[in-house]
Amino acid sequence: MDLINDFRDKTHILNLSKLIKKASNKPLNIMEICGGHTHSIMKFGIDKLVGENIKFIHGPGCPVCVMPRHNIDEAIKLSSMPNTIFTTLADMLRVPGSFSTLQKQRAKGCDIRALYSPLDAINIALENPKKNVIFFAIGFETTTPMSAVVVEKALNLNLKNLFFHINHVTVPAPVMALLDDENVKIDAFLGPSHVSVIIGSKPYEKIAKTYKKPIAISGFEPLDMMDSILNLVNQFNENKFEVYNEYDRVVKPNGNEKALNLIKKYFKEVDFSWRGLGLIPKSGLDLKGEFDAINARKVFDCSVESKPENKACICGEILKGRKNPPDCKVFGKVCNPQNPLGSCMVSSEGACAAYYKYKRGS
Amino acid sequence: MEKILLSHGGGGEEMNALINDIIFKAFDNEILKSANDAALLRLNSTNLAFTTDSFVVTPLFFSGGDIGKIAICGTVNDLLMVGAKPLYLSCSFIIEEGFSIDEFKQILNSMSKTAKKAGVFIVCGDTKVVPKGKCDKIFINTSGVGEVIKEINTINLGSQQKAKILVSGDIARHGSVIMQARDELGFESELESDCKPLNEVVLEILKTITPLAMRDATRGGLSAVLNEWAKFCKVSIKVKEARIKISDEVMGICEILGFEPCDLANEGTFVLAVEEKDALKALEILQKFDKNANIIGETFKDDKNRVILETIYGVERFLEPPKGELLPRIC
Repeated sequence: MDLINDFRDKTHILNLSKLIKKASNKPLNIMEICGGHTHSIMKFGIDKLVGENIKFIHGPGCPVCVMPRHNIDEAIKLSSMPNTIFTTLADMLRVPGSFSTLQKQRAKGCDIRALYSPLDAINIALENPKKNVIFFAIGFETTTPMSAVVVEKALNLNLKNLFFHINHVTVPAPVMALLDDENVKIDAFLGPSHVSVIIGSKPYEKIAKTYKKPIAISGFEPLDMMDSILNLVNQFNENKFEVYNEYDRVVKPNGNEKALNLIKKYFKEVDFSWRGLGLIPKSGLDLKGEFDAINARKVFDCSVESKPENKACICGEILKGRKNPPDCKVFGKVCNPQNPLGSCMVSSEGACAAYYKYKRGS
Repeated sequence: MEKILLSHGGGGEEMNALINDIIFKAFDNEILKSANDAALLRLNSTNLAFTTDSFVVTPLFFSGGDIGKIAICGTVNDLLMVGAKPLYLSCSFIIEEGFSIDEFKQILNSMSKTAKKAGVFIVCGDTKVVPKGKCDKIFINTSGVGEVIKEINTINLGSQQKAKILVSGDIARHGSVIMQARDELGFESELESDCKPLNEVVLEILKTITPLAMRDATRGGLSAVLNEWAKFCKVSIKVKEARIKISDEVMGICEILGFEPCDLANEGTFVLAVEEKDALKALEILQKFDKNANIIGETFKDDKNRVILETIYGVERFLEPPKGELLPRIC
């Protein structure tokens, strides 16, 4: 099977479009939890293929978007230390902290490197034994196992110069936090398939039953998404609240147990202050106490004073699905991808960036 | 104080701002501001084109080419894009102390071979060696002059109601090969860069028709060219996704890393705008050289000056120019 073209097949997509439009006879608010889905919706024009009754609400699932400014300020402080190589993944470079970005710090001469794979941090530490290498770990359950692998390798190699600033977050916790907010109007969820490859489909079952919301675990290709949306429309019509595993070619109910065990071995649950959503108990991860010697927060001085978020920015409301990017007064004006004010404009998977790229001015 | 960032060299909006707001202001003159790939000059009744380009590539050697081949192709193709036959090139090297003489010879051989293919002579040059760490292995600058056969001035594109837009082959090969060649990704495929001199195909086009605009879609890719044209010529452009050819390998790399093929660099693929009546003739010539050449869309007049992409499902969205550094997605 062709893993790209077959999942974008025009005939199948247009057939599903007809079926969704026919079945969707009352307003339905679907939250796509993950920024990758938001991006696909805009890129392939899925919002225009599903009819007017379906409204997509863009959820909090973008690791860059939800990173609190305080943590960026910590990263900037760490990257500015002498004798340091600071490493992280791509988009993080552009996220605005209170006074600077990692990209600007790099232009000032700090040794900041965007990694293609977290494992590169190991090689950098081995090649630079006299320098402190810090890995700024970010992301949801998709990237957490890889960070755990890097921690394990660093421990096995007895690396003394590689340190970890862990900022991993989990998906189910903010979903429940959103549903506990009575002002949030969500009827159904598209769950990200890559997260469920790790955690499985089971963690969503309780959410679907307790909150009476159908959930479809969906791949990111148009065919995956259209099939999942049709399932959500049908469940909504039939008053069903089940977890539909559209991505069953890879996602198993219990997920990837090896990856989950690795996460449990090195990380513990901590409260995490989400940008836009506020503090959500036990929604983040950090290294367990026995690994303090490689925990950058414990080894280095991370104390920083952060400025409050820009008042004009409504990223919080957007992440909660209460507002859309064009509702924001600064959208596309002072806030744009070259000069993002808020986090949703930073990452290519953020809701504002997706609207700016594909829909601005339409 | 504001600093130059890597994104200022990426071929997208930041680079445009740097050129238009800072460089053009400093060197203000009408020839420069016409923003063609090469300057069109008149010297004692002879029409000449003159251009320059610098080449900083990592890695130096990649599937389908090397820095030397690109250094010739880039300048030759820029001359061709304004309707000139490339004739003479200069060549300047900045070399880092410790660079391998064998690799230098390899680069020179590649330049010599490519220059022969493009029918140009390298007639002057310069060499500087800098201490280790002051440049990345080797940087090459080439400048070139050519004789104008038919003057192609991009601004003419704006005068047409419905110009047709063509692409000379499949897109994004060079950008994908460079990413693939960077060891850290660990991809393997048979994909080759499209890097080549375009003299044969462009000179044949020029014999038959007078294009309204031509541009090789290097940094910033197809989307940068189309958006620059839309803005500069005050037209809107609609292209059909289904007509833009992209190889399966390129598509795979883009999907894994979260890139848009339209944003990735090409080194031997160009975009052509012609009057409606010339479109089929132009396509016939392009397809003689590359079966993937296609008519991808057309211009139309409105006050928005945007590039619209009709997806394969028939819905429309904007095709924005690339912004910032091309960075792979996080998850």
